[in-house]
Amino acid sequence: MGLSKREVLHVAHLGRIHLADDEVEKFADQLSTIVDYVNQLSELDTEGVEPLAHALPIHNVLRPDEPRPGLSTDQALGGAPDAADGFFRVPRVIDDGSSA
Amino acid sequence: MSAPDLITTIGMEVHLHLATRTKMFCPCEVRYDAPPNSCVCPVCLGMPGVLPVMNGRAVELAVRMAIGLGCTIPAFAKWDRKHYYYPDLPKNYQISEYDEPLGLGGHLDVELDGETFRVGITRVHLEEDAGKLMHAEDGSNVSVVDLNRTGTPLLEVVSEPDIQSAAQARAYGEALRQLAVYLGVGHCNMQLGQMRFEPNISLKIGDGPDGSGGQPRYTPITEIKNLNSFRSVERACAFEIARHRDEFAADPAGYTLENQGKSTRGWNDDRGVSFLMRSKEEAHDYRYFPEPDLVPFVPAPEWVDKIRADMPETPSQKRYKLVTTYRLSPYEVDVLVSDPDLSDFSEEVLRNAQDSSTAAGLIMTEGLRFVNERDKPISKLFKPGDVAAVSDMIFSGEISRSVAPHVFVQLVETGKSAADIVRDENLAQTSDEGELERVVDEVIRENPGPAQDFAEGKDKAVGRLIGMAKQKTGGKANPNVVREILIRKLRG
Repeated sequence: MGLSKREVLHVAHLGRIHLADDEVEKFADQLSTIVDYVNQLSELDTEGVEPLAHALPIHNVLRPDEPRPGLSTDQALGGAPDAADGFFRVPRVIDDGSSA
Repeated sequence: MSAPDLITTIGMEVHLHLATRTKMFCPCEVRYDAPPNSCVCPVCLGMPGVLPVMNGRAVELAVRMAIGLGCTIPAFAKWDRKHYYYPDLPKNYQISEYDEPLGLGGHLDVELDGETFRVGITRVHLEEDAGKLMHAEDGSNVSVVDLNRTGTPLLEVVSEPDIQSAAQARAYGEALRQLAVYLGVGHCNMQLGQMRFEPNISLKIGDGPDGSGGQPRYTPITEIKNLNSFRSVERACAFEIARHRDEFAADPAGYTLENQGKSTRGWNDDRGVSFLMRSKEEAHDYRYFPEPDLVPFVPAPEWVDKIRADMPETPSQKRYKLVTTYRLSPYEVDVLVSDPDLSDFSEEVLRNAQDSSTAAGLIMTEGLRFVNERDKPISKLFKPGDVAAVSDMIFSGEISRSVAPHVFVQLVETGKSAADIVRDENLAQTSDEGELERVVDEVIRENPGPAQDFAEGKDKAVGRLIGMAKQKTGGKANPNVVREILIRKLRG
């Protein structure tokens, strides 16, 4: 199954990745190979099989609601490309309300 | 052919912060007053290689709310990743419950103007909040991010489109808040952003006068994002309903859900208008898949039964009790159940007072004045026994209603009992006829006009005369006794 140029650009945009024109073609081929490989799974008959929510047969791993110290502000901001006054600084975003 | 009826249909998504001490998946403290990025750890910062672990208390509170909304609690709930890129979401996905939430299919009965309407609840699920994004004020092309809020336990309640007016939308939001506060599920402080609303508005286009006949058609659904006050919920819904009506009147064939689908709008509270948000198709391409870092939640039936058995009283249970036991009016009940502290306090006063109406009136006027002025719960300001005592003294005529404000001030200021205040300050009403006769004689002498009017049968004049008598006695003259003396002297 070949991925179209449009699909590759769509996926790239979702990941906020900029692709040059020749890269779009290159990745269309590579992504198609990956999708084809994974698609072999759909040859299996899964009629009546419950979807698996987790690989481990355990559930209800809960934590008590007790605070524990985390990182200091300096540690938290330490790896950021840009920070000041305790805040991370990022390129200006227009609030399009896409957050929760 | 006349224009078809347009019936408002609103479904609401409500997000609220759960009343936990720590975040949903890490032990960072949930704080609203902390310096930016001081309540964070590798988990909520989305560092690679970390493992989220469910906050047991958050799960319990969420299930409690679901039960309070009459939802069924499925035997299995799981977590999913909802992907989108935004600087307030460091992992680039939000952990949520997509197709197997922890509560399904309930309802909430809401009172509005003495009538009840029912709103179906589609689902209740848990997720994590995002961080806060602010635009730098230095005019630079920069936004700043505070991730203290990231990972705060967030409960989402999704309703059916059963809400039929802007006023109902507001009442539903208020009722949901009341329920969450009564159940101890959330503090729902609107100023702190602990509760947010997203109404989905559409008008059903009727074919006949009653909107019946044929396939139902709708105007395009508009979702208004992130409203954070009841007032803005009501205003935004009213604005959208009117806008839909105008759009439909201008283009009845084109302005339909079928043709235009769904759009997302923001609300400008200062200007009182909604506006279209940048709607990118891919914004809804969330690529949900099961969260591999978290195991599913399988509530044991006994655990759910225990939560059910330990449920605090709900506002509707309290309301029912106050109406049936104390015969209060719908308005009085609305006020007294608006907050759990106030309703518990009121119930205690009413249980001990001889007359419910006098007692309820005192709580609502004198009591709530102090609650508002001092911004403290009523139980921290007064003892129920004192309020009941004041009510009884008014009801029996021992003190005048007009001295109640003074007694309440003294209750707060001195901490003395109501009985001691009335005794120490000599506030009891004077019913002593001998003393009052003397006072009334003076009043008649000094107010010949009104006295003459009353003698000639003008009943209105008596108010003025009684007022003067009360003034002369420092509010202590029993008005009924004064009235009798006036009648005897002027009309006898």
